[in-house]
Amino acid sequence: MTAHVPVRPFALVLGLLLVLTVAEVVLAYFHVPPAMMLTALLGLSVLKAGYIMAYFMHLKFERFGLFLLLVPATVFCILLFLGFLPDAGRGMMEGA
Amino acid sequence: MSVSKAAVLDRPWAGGTRPFAMGSKKLGMWLFIVSDTLTFATLLIVYTYLRMAAPSWPTPFHFSPGILFATVMTFVLLASSFTMVLGVRAMSEGDRKAAVRWIGATMTGGLLFIALHLTEWRSLIAEGMRPFSNPWGDPLFGATFFTITGLHMTHVAAGVLYLGVIAAGVARGRFSAEDVEVSGLYWHFVDLVWMFVFPLVYLMSVSLP
Repeated sequence: MTAHVPVRPFALVLGLLLVLTVAEVVLAYFHVPPAMMLTALLGLSVLKAGYIMAYFMHLKFERFGLFLLLVPATVFCILLFLGFLPDAGRGMMEGA
Repeated sequence: MSVSKAAVLDRPWAGGTRPFAMGSKKLGMWLFIVSDTLTFATLLIVYTYLRMAAPSWPTPFHFSPGILFATVMTFVLLASSFTMVLGVRAMSEGDRKAAVRWIGATMTGGLLFIALHLTEWRSLIAEGMRPFSNPWGDPLFGATFFTITGLHMTHVAAGVLYLGVIAAGVARGRFSAEDVEVSGLYWHFVDLVWMFVFPLVYLMSVSLP
């Protein structure tokens, strides 16, 4: 870390995160299909998580190797979990 | 052609002793965060699975108190992350007094989050919500809600204790700037998890008029 870290970029990120939160809350009151709502909300949340990791957690200022160590494998693992989700619709298809 | 030892240590991809240019504590915290990320990801995906499979998933959150409280809690958590950034910054500049003050502000944010969350839990319980039954729909809603938000609240409480230990140590001249930074990483992670709990559990279950 350098001797004097500027505060301004972090304050801007905080402001952006608050604005995105308000946008999510407003969005939640729109009448749209659940799948579209889920995609929009998760999209905004991934954006927020990215800003938190990049700035608050300093990932942007670390060696790129750390990003490669942590992020791709975790994202891939979470995407693999999603493979279970189509099974959730099985009961409805069988008319249960 | 021989390569000097110093040259190897400088090159992260050649097996330098500190390939990520950070101490083992910080790298260890990052690896813990990855494993905890998978814990919460699993819980949230199980929640989504049960929700998709249920014929009637409850949408009990009215604007007040549910959504309003959860939004304010999100603001509090984000603000506490910012005060933690300022605490880490103060410590990196060697200003221990300011570091203790900012960490104290962060802990206050954490405690406020827990207080608001428990108030919100109490109002849901008063409406008849239980782990395996509720007045609105699928009985598993309570179990998933209390498990996910409860585990997150436990992380916040553990974070407040962790920061308390760090702040007390920093005030007495113990701990390095990296120790404070590592505790900050944990705190930001707790904030990050809430960024997914909030939309998935609360905003997707807004009681629409």
